[in-house]
Amino acid sequence: MKITRIEGTALPMRGDDIDTDRIMPARYLRAVTFEGLERYLFEDERAGSAAGDRAGAVHPFDNPAYRGASILLVNRNFGCGSSREHAPQALQRGGIRAIVGESFSEIFFGNSLMIGLPCVTASPGDISELMAQVERRPDVRLSVDLEAGTCETAGVRCAIALPGHARDALVGGTWDTTGMLLARYDEVGLVASRLPYVAGF
Amino acid sequence: MGHTLLQKVWDRHTVRTLPSGQTQIFIGLHLVHEVTSPQAFDALRARGWTVARLDRTFATVDHIIPTRERTRPFLDLMAEEMIAALERNCRDFGVRLAGLDDDRQGIVHVIGAELGLTQPAMTIACGDSHTSTHGAFGAIAFGVGTSQVRDVLASQCLALEPMKVRRIRVTGTLPPGVYAKDVILTIIHRLGVGGGVGYAYEYAGDAVARMSMDERMTVCNMSIEGGARVGYVNPDETTFKYLEGRPFAPSGQAFARAVAWWRSMASDPDARYDDDVEVRAAELTPVVTWGVNPGQSVPVTGRVPGPNGAGGDGRAIADALGYMGLRGGEPIAGTKVDVAFIGSCTNSRLSDLREAARIVRGRRVAPHVTALVVPGSASVKRAAEREGLDEVFRAAGFEWRSAGCSMCLGMNPDKLQGSQVCASSSNRNFKGRQGSPTGRTLLMSPAMVAAAAVAGEVTDVRSMLA
Repeated sequence: MKITRIEGTALPMRGDDIDTDRIMPARYLRAVTFEGLERYLFEDERAGSAAGDRAGAVHPFDNPAYRGASILLVNRNFGCGSSREHAPQALQRGGIRAIVGESFSEIFFGNSLMIGLPCVTASPGDISELMAQVERRPDVRLSVDLEAGTCETAGVRCAIALPGHARDALVGGTWDTTGMLLARYDEVGLVASRLPYVAGF
Repeated sequence: MGHTLLQKVWDRHTVRTLPSGQTQIFIGLHLVHEVTSPQAFDALRARGWTVARLDRTFATVDHIIPTRERTRPFLDLMAEEMIAALERNCRDFGVRLAGLDDDRQGIVHVIGAELGLTQPAMTIACGDSHTSTHGAFGAIAFGVGTSQVRDVLASQCLALEPMKVRRIRVTGTLPPGVYAKDVILTIIHRLGVGGGVGYAYEYAGDAVARMSMDERMTVCNMSIEGGARVGYVNPDETTFKYLEGRPFAPSGQAFARAVAWWRSMASDPDARYDDDVEVRAAELTPVVTWGVNPGQSVPVTGRVPGPNGAGGDGRAIADALGYMGLRGGEPIAGTKVDVAFIGSCTNSRLSDLREAARIVRGRRVAPHVTALVVPGSASVKRAAEREGLDEVFRAAGFEWRSAGCSMCLGMNPDKLQGSQVCASSSNRNFKGRQGSPTGRTLLMSPAMVAAAAVAGEVTDVRSMLA
């Protein structure tokens, strides 16, 4: 499937270094499928949790104004920590189709790409402006264009960046890698047979 | 111009450039566990695929298993289902499994080394971010998600992008009471939790050269906490000596040939690095985290930063202090702890237990502290028992458990309760990490955990070293 442009309302999730334990607590990894995980996103800081009820502010994922959002806005080093794919899986199952942030952890970025969830970066200033705009007007629609490299909303148009391979994979529809990796399997055998630890020392 | 180990390993494992522009890399060893693999095996089933290289695949159980009562079926029905799923998957696809009753069972990053599966100049993948641990042997080892586990199972390959290399030289001699854990916590504090994104960390310098394999594994293990997906140490005599005689290591004449190849794959003296950093060992102290990410740490002699301090992000510090129940400006020493946990893929090896036992011997765990030791593998447990370490810990009031990930991430019954504070030898102090949504983690070396267990509060271990 080719992914070129994502359009919809946005959900701002402020904070640097948001780790995957926060996005998806480990107890929800106790399952043999990814189904239904979206119900537990950020569970330990949302309404009804001890920390959430103390927080004094509505958690963005509880805020009805952001319901139905398809673009997640984040700050720096989003998705750090554990390699659990459960985190991007849950976000995607919760309706998120693209994440726009200052920077991403590498494993989270890779896991997201593997399931066709683009993580694109924008400058801290642009992120700040986008977040402020969405917080003022949660119904404002954003458009993330991977081919043009832009994120646009009423009044704001900013440049977004995505490593070339990731953009090509998403835009070209080749982000589901297994087929590509298996396409010329004879070459894999050849490389393996030249490795002394595989062939035998 | 010479090459780094990373470049050499990358080149030797490159299959081709993919249409996406990524590089197809052959994976020399795929380690599998119960938590991140069931969906991957299901994907193979759905498409009628087999496991490409059973000879390069090895599974064990670690994340969800109980560490106390291990009679099957488990009382924890979900754990039972996940273990049963892995057993079924391994049986159906023919994957080797060191299961619960196998004397090789243990945390995947502990047993890879112990069994000699992990070797220099290999590429190693596992559905766990602490796969960087295996870099201690000069392997290029990294964590992947479940879709990539599927790719490796099906093709023994991954689609990857090149990494830069930052060399981190640790020079000089570590003072007494300062451990490998303090080295890596200091590196993460200095370079930041996102500082390593896009990099592999090459740990070098004479202090690293003198480290045992256990210590190197502790350092490489937490590379990911600094944002670096890969961390490695060039293989040397210490590496070769460790590997000789291990079950899956080459033997006899082949071992000598292997050593020659491993040596040739180490970084060249004139290799070019994208970045170079020096850490002076003599300046290091025991370190404790005070916050909610592994970069938020202070020397045990230091004070918790305040939200208005210089150079920090005030809002993040205030948020962390609020979660941890700490006040800025307080000394970290003296912070009361409720739980002491010695275990995890970072610090659960025999040498870790020996160092902790040195502190514990002849002392008692403070009455208000629950203390537990969870050896990293069945083999570590047996070795520790042969030395009588279990008796040392038990006599002091520690619980002595069976191998698993346990309270590092609280996926099994070993969890913090409520807002308990835990002195922990593990790797992450994220909010909710140890199984209670409001639990609080203070990361430190195993010897420091032992000292905290005895004192009932964060204590400078150096005061207990005779």
